[in-house]
Amino acid sequence: MTEKQRKVQAGNIARRYAAEKRFRLYGVAALTVTTAFLAVLLVDIVWRSLPAYLQYNAVMTVTVDASKIDPAKPAAGDFEGVVKAAWREQLPSVESRADRRLLNSLLSNAGGSELRRQVLADPSLIGKEVSVPVMLSDDADLYLKGVVTGVARATGDGPLQIRAEGENYFLSGRGIDPGAIVLAAGGAFKIAPEGSSAPAEVIAAPGPAAEVPAGQWQLLSFDTPETGRKIGDRQAVWLEMLRDKNVFERQVAWNFFLNGDSREAEQAGILGSIVGSLMVVFVTVALSLPVGVAAAIYLEEFAPKNRLTELIEVNINNLAAVPSIIFGLLGLAVFLSFFGMPRSVPLVGGLVIALMSLPTIIIASRAAVRAVPPSIREAALGIGASHQQAVFHHVLPLAMPGIMTGTILALASAIGETAPLLLIGMVAFIVDIPSGFLDSATVLPVQIYLWSDLPEKAFEARTAAAIVVLLVIMMVLNALAIYLRKRFERRW
Amino acid sequence: MNAPATFKAIVTPASPRIMAERQPKIVARDVDVFYGDKHAIKKLSIDIPDRAVSAFIGPSGCGKSTFLRAINRMNDTIPSCRVAGNITVDGRDIYDRDIDVVQLRANVGMVFQKPNPFPKSIFENVAYGPRIHGLAGNKTDLEEIVVSSLKKAGLFEEVKDRLQHPGTGLSGGQQQRLCIARAIAVNPEVILMDEPCSALDPIATARIEELIDELRQNYCIVIVTHSMQQAARVSQLTAFFHLGTLVEFGDTDEVFTAPQEKRTQDYITGRFG
Amino acid sequence: MNTIFFVLLCLLVLATFMLGRQRAVSMRNGSALLHSLPNYHGMLLGISALLVGLFVFVALAAPFPVIAPWAALAAAAAAAYAFFTRIGPDFRARNVFERITLAILLACSGIAILTTIGIILSVLFETGRFFAEVSPLEFFTGFQWSPTGSPPVFGFIPLLAGTLLITFIAMCVAGPLGLLAAIYMAEYATPTVRAIFKPVLEMLTGIPTVVLGFFAALTVAPFLRTSGQFLGLQVSAESALAAGIVIGMLLIPVISSLSDDVINAVPQSMRDGSYAMGATKSETIKRVILPAALPGIVSAFILAISRALGETMIVVMAAGLAANLTANPLESVTTMTVQIAMLLVGDHEFDSAKTLAAFALGFVLFIFTLGLNFVALRLVQKYKEQYD
Repeated sequence: MTEKQRKVQAGNIARRYAAEKRFRLYGVAALTVTTAFLAVLLVDIVWRSLPAYLQYNAVMTVTVDASKIDPAKPAAGDFEGVVKAAWREQLPSVESRADRRLLNSLLSNAGGSELRRQVLADPSLIGKEVSVPVMLSDDADLYLKGVVTGVARATGDGPLQIRAEGENYFLSGRGIDPGAIVLAAGGAFKIAPEGSSAPAEVIAAPGPAAEVPAGQWQLLSFDTPETGRKIGDRQAVWLEMLRDKNVFERQVAWNFFLNGDSREAEQAGILGSIVGSLMVVFVTVALSLPVGVAAAIYLEEFAPKNRLTELIEVNINNLAAVPSIIFGLLGLAVFLSFFGMPRSVPLVGGLVIALMSLPTIIIASRAAVRAVPPSIREAALGIGASHQQAVFHHVLPLAMPGIMTGTILALASAIGETAPLLLIGMVAFIVDIPSGFLDSATVLPVQIYLWSDLPEKAFEARTAAAIVVLLVIMMVLNALAIYLRKRFERRW
Repeated sequence: MNAPATFKAIVTPASPRIMAERQPKIVARDVDVFYGDKHAIKKLSIDIPDRAVSAFIGPSGCGKSTFLRAINRMNDTIPSCRVAGNITVDGRDIYDRDIDVVQLRANVGMVFQKPNPFPKSIFENVAYGPRIHGLAGNKTDLEEIVVSSLKKAGLFEEVKDRLQHPGTGLSGGQQQRLCIARAIAVNPEVILMDEPCSALDPIATARIEELIDELRQNYCIVIVTHSMQQAARVSQLTAFFHLGTLVEFGDTDEVFTAPQEKRTQDYITGRFG
Repeated sequence: MNTIFFVLLCLLVLATFMLGRQRAVSMRNGSALLHSLPNYHGMLLGISALLVGLFVFVALAAPFPVIAPWAALAAAAAAAYAFFTRIGPDFRARNVFERITLAILLACSGIAILTTIGIILSVLFETGRFFAEVSPLEFFTGFQWSPTGSPPVFGFIPLLAGTLLITFIAMCVAGPLGLLAAIYMAEYATPTVRAIFKPVLEMLTGIPTVVLGFFAALTVAPFLRTSGQFLGLQVSAESALAAGIVIGMLLIPVISSLSDDVINAVPQSMRDGSYAMGATKSETIKRVILPAALPGIVSAFILAISRALGETMIVVMAAGLAANLTANPLESVTTMTVQIAMLLVGDHEFDSAKTLAAFALGFVLFIFTLGLNFVALRLVQKYKEQYD
């Protein structure tokens, strides 16, 4: 280099290294953004799912009334009635019919299911007192979890005067502002909009009391105004009073894992859809694995190089990139409409998903067969094996780990597939857990889709929890594939 | 002869005659190169003169290519590779912290075993170096550099009508000359050639050897070759490498006619290799 | 009935296998030199019984449901018997058996073609019926889409515009991020960094789209809405932007893994050539590697676009239903896939134009994606050949 050139080059060098650094930074930024997205996604979903795993139950001592539950026919007994009676006894101060209905609505309409289970298992309990957990409604449960509104309590400052005039109560004291909620003397009041001059609204009737000293009464306030929540002030106060009595216990929400779908969020579970998913996957594997491996072996080992095989190859590669919803159209037009197969059943779902995963499985299996070195084949042929014997006795067993890895990965994506199943009617509302391949069923991702559309807040947590379960299943499958790959990996 | 005192003791029994007349361009002292655990070059010292062709010969895996790649720090691109010792070009330690590898490589060009033109036009291939180093002020300058480099590489007449055609469309020998043109376009002082003819037919090889002989007037050329005939034809100095050590370094005619070392003699006469 | 038939058929197959094998073994013990191993004789009998039985059953099941099983079993037994009589030293049972297996293997590879034919026929047939009711001109040039209105109007343009808008947004997100991530992973990342980020990208690939849809609808869309309000912008709750961004995130691993492959396929000699000229890493990437890998990268982008066009769940959950013709990403648009899903979810009879319209949309989508995939695969194949 001439001296002049060297100078020019040296002058450029700082700029060039700055460009280098910038470029590198772009790459780091791209990876960071991608990772951040994944992290936000996972954290967001796990966070949203948290309320779904535990639920508040009212643990109460219930008298199993023989008049409501006939010892001869316990299965037909009115367990809900028994449980509701016990529930009302918890708050004897709630008296009016309308109030009782409101109070009852805090229990799930399947609140007696645990009692029912226990009594059916042991009929001798009839006539005795049993302590059982009773499921709350989804709204009550969310209220207790603090999802509906924040609630603050202030201990009353100074004495509180309660003046009873027949049915009406007048309260006065410090902090008794219009709309305030007061817990005192075993009862609860909401101060009228006019203030203490007008009679307060009675939420729970108090015991006899004229003056409550400082520190013995409480002011309650909610973050969200009553119009913005499903639990009204009255219900919220009752729940608070019962919470003070330690009626509620946080327990694992087994319902979520053991039930089928339900219109009531607290009873809705994923077992039905998981069973449906398993059935679909079973059909998929049973069809696509043998066919896929056979096709891969043919194309890789036996296919002559001609137009037909070339067509098949191009076809498989293109088919692998066809949008999944197109396979739904295929299933709808061919399986449902042309062959008249039933809608919403795992058999058809499995068929559609099998056709969809087939190209992926063929491509993965071909790669696995191709990775077996020709020397193995030649060794077998050399001792007089036929081509098929060489393939089926030697090449295929060696390719099997690779084939299994590819198949598991294909299945992992098949389990998350939703769109084609929507079109063949697997979106029905199905409460029962499917018991056969021709039963109506839904699958986990479709269940997620269905729940995500529902307005109830409690379903949002259930949806997120179902997603967590789906992701865990997929991660387990992927880990299995990685394990297989590592365990049987061979370097030739 | 102004090599340091250690030189003689470590390296060669006979210093090349040619060294007595000139300054060494490249000086290596106690160079070790490791690939992971493998000790590829052991305590190697050598002085390479300017404006001459030095050939590295030796059996496969003897470390000659490794040492060549150490001279323009191409080994930096291999993560497991580690270099110890001292290599200077024009008295500057190229492994010094202050030395910029980008500047170094512009000064120490390299031609590879397999012709590796970029998938671009012939013009762009040659213009690549001047462009990235910002050597051409304007388009005319750049064209001038490209044409003169192609001329120096003896390729211009063959490609002048198709400078915009892809460089990958040329024949193997032409591609290799294109790579040489590409290397000299940034006006380096040293050109390293790693078996530049091993992928070429005899006619193309002869053409490249002629070119090397012409380039010797202006550049310090180091060539690694497997062919002893080629070493004898193009080089003024020959270094014989064996098992990561420099066995002998001297004037080519002496190394081939009267080697000092028995191992050199055995290799040249074909006892091993 | 069917279950009993299948059990009987299985038993029959097993029995014929045992019988054939037994006969061959006894022949061999009688010191006859058999061409094929006894197992092959048995397997030949078994597989012929199975195939003939299944074939007859399927052929007769529809017209004669009552006699089909019995006819099938009889035919299966007859087929096995035909081969049973031929068992002998000269009978090349293995060759016949292998020919049958080969035919089965070929048939299995043919299923891929059958699937494609099935897709084309079913979609084409229903589309034909649709165009008998609605003129293609009206469909392809109409600016209004309201399939549930009375009378229903099927104008395809707003759907196309919505689909393209969302795809465009997705590619704006995924293109740069995916490509830069691929470059970093292929050229800069140390093995440790690769070991950290490769699983991240793989996990992103594995996340089901219904999950991404949930995320788009419940987190991204409200976030955009709030930030929009903060900036004084009116952002629809079902904005194209939210769906587009999340689809973009889905496409990042698609682009990055394909681009990573093609960048790695650029021969090391290209890099060496450039480094030896004194180029920095980024200069080598920008001026040598990317131009060399361009066809492969283009095909990665095309495949990503095709994926975005056909993406369903994210748009069903996060994009709108109203067919607005707008280029404003903050407004709500609808896509072809959303309409297909919406028209076909629930009970439907195959006679209404509404249902058939979904197939017409499916047909257009299929042609689009097939064309894109075809181009992309050809490009990448050509590219690979160049460096093989």
